[in-house]
Amino acid sequence: MSLMTEITIFVLAVFVGFEVISKVPTTLHTPLMSQTNAIHGIVMLGGLIVVGFANDGVEYVIGTIAIAFGTINIVGGFMVTDRMLGMFSKKPKPKAKADGKGGS
Amino acid sequence: MVEAVLKPGGDAATALYIVAFSLFIIGIKQGTHPTTAKRGNLIAAAGMAVAVVTTLLLDGMGNWGLIVLGLGIGTAVGVIASIRVQMTEMPQMVALYNGVGGGAVALIAWSEIRHGISLGEDFPLDSLIPIIFAGVVGSVSFWGSNIAFAKLQDLIPTRPIAAPGQQVINAILVIAIVTICVILAVDHESPSQGLFILLLVLAAILGNLVVLPIGGADMPVVISLLNAFTGLSAAAAGFALDNVALIVAGTLVGSSGTILTLEMATAMNRSVANILFSGFGGAPAGGATGGGEERPHVSIGAQDAAIKLAYADSVVIVPGYGLAVAQAQHAIKEVADELEQRGVTVNYAIHPVAGRMPGHMNVLLAEADVAYENLKEMEEINPEMPRTSVAVVVGANDVTNPAAKNDPDSPIAGMPIIEVSEAQEVIVIKRSLSPGFAGIDNDLFYEPNTSMLFADAKQAAADIASEIGNL
Repeated sequence: MSLMTEITIFVLAVFVGFEVISKVPTTLHTPLMSQTNAIHGIVMLGGLIVVGFANDGVEYVIGTIAIAFGTINIVGGFMVTDRMLGMFSKKPKPKAKADGKGGS
Repeated sequence: MVEAVLKPGGDAATALYIVAFSLFIIGIKQGTHPTTAKRGNLIAAAGMAVAVVTTLLLDGMGNWGLIVLGLGIGTAVGVIASIRVQMTEMPQMVALYNGVGGGAVALIAWSEIRHGISLGEDFPLDSLIPIIFAGVVGSVSFWGSNIAFAKLQDLIPTRPIAAPGQQVINAILVIAIVTICVILAVDHESPSQGLFILLLVLAAILGNLVVLPIGGADMPVVISLLNAFTGLSAAAAGFALDNVALIVAGTLVGSSGTILTLEMATAMNRSVANILFSGFGGAPAGGATGGGEERPHVSIGAQDAAIKLAYADSVVIVPGYGLAVAQAQHAIKEVADELEQRGVTVNYAIHPVAGRMPGHMNVLLAEADVAYENLKEMEEINPEMPRTSVAVVVGANDVTNPAAKNDPDSPIAGMPIIEVSEAQEVIVIKRSLSPGFAGIDNDLFYEPNTSMLFADAKQAAADIASEIGNL
């Protein structure tokens, strides 16, 4: 890929990012930050590429740590976001909960 | 051997990466609406799975043992941490995840520069410059996020910590970093690895020094900003590795994260520059302890509070981080239930940054099954305050401080507050008169219509609920 192609992609992605986040309700700020946080865990791919093509002791170590870090970022990020959003999707249920076992 | 391997940079690999980043865009878009947010997160996660599998299938990948080791450790830590973490600790968890992401970027940059130097050829500038950028920003993000985590986790004081001449030291660091970047770029025929490592170290120091002086109340904005930075550094790593998935995903996070940061800062009525460079609570060290002299205040017990509440027409509960720490959301819900049975109207006033991040308090109250209709935003509840019989402040502090409105010299001047002092009576449930995150005294505690109930929020709420039941 030529440098100019990459810059084109970069600039377009900047505008997509701006456009996609429009008027977010305050309630969703934290989960959304957490979700985009998980997405930048994609640097883990860089770690995979480093280790996958490495033939040098130091690169093995650096790359493996990078993979572990990136994976924590991805797995933890998406799971935590899911847990947070799970709190909201419970909303419609309380009405339906039959004979409230937590009552007394 | 895997049969159908993908050529690095080939059409098939690129096509799959395009699928991946399309899923990211759809995922983020859906994340902005309450009804689709959960699905959006899953869509983005699916995109990530596509990107990871595509990379693993690239032709020439080896060292599978190490790859499995890295993935295994990362998955185990990520899963365990996410399951164990309390809802109250969410913000620092996000900071920590952001930090490791930044750390990964810095490590990849280091490895790439080693690799490039070992080839012994002229280092192409169009990969050297992104590598330098990724290294610096990744390192700043790693250390800055760790400090943010440590502050929110109370491992280090949340009050602003600033050394004298802090701004000068930071400026010198920035100049040194820029100088080294230029030297590395000019000397691109054989850039020095030692110089690059020095660059990572200086960026690490800068990351520490920039975040240390920032008070806990502003930390969400800082985390959001560092999140955007990590995104940009990931994009830079994408330039260096010629990987379109990294470029697009990193840039998306960079730009959407910037917008999110600005929206958060607006919600707190502060500018990002102000947060980064003013050092919340301006007066260094001593100012935070607040003079020392005891000011007169009214102290009451649970029974008095129960009587005030039970005979009120309307009650507004103002929850803050103290409620979250004490896990008092369920006990408070019981008080509200008791009151509602007696015909008292109960609402919750949610400040935009109640808890520790925008939306954090909503999550916590949702966990306690508080109905969504009863959660009122600040703009909605403030006009109602003069008609409110009793406002109950539970573990909130700075967001109710009238100084933000009345005292132009206050460090929190201009911050939007929930105007509880407008209510006919105010009950503040708090352990002591100690200042909150911003490290400043709260005038609310000393107003004539304010009663202080000194207790743990959970215990106090349980006591009040049972006292109301006994009336």
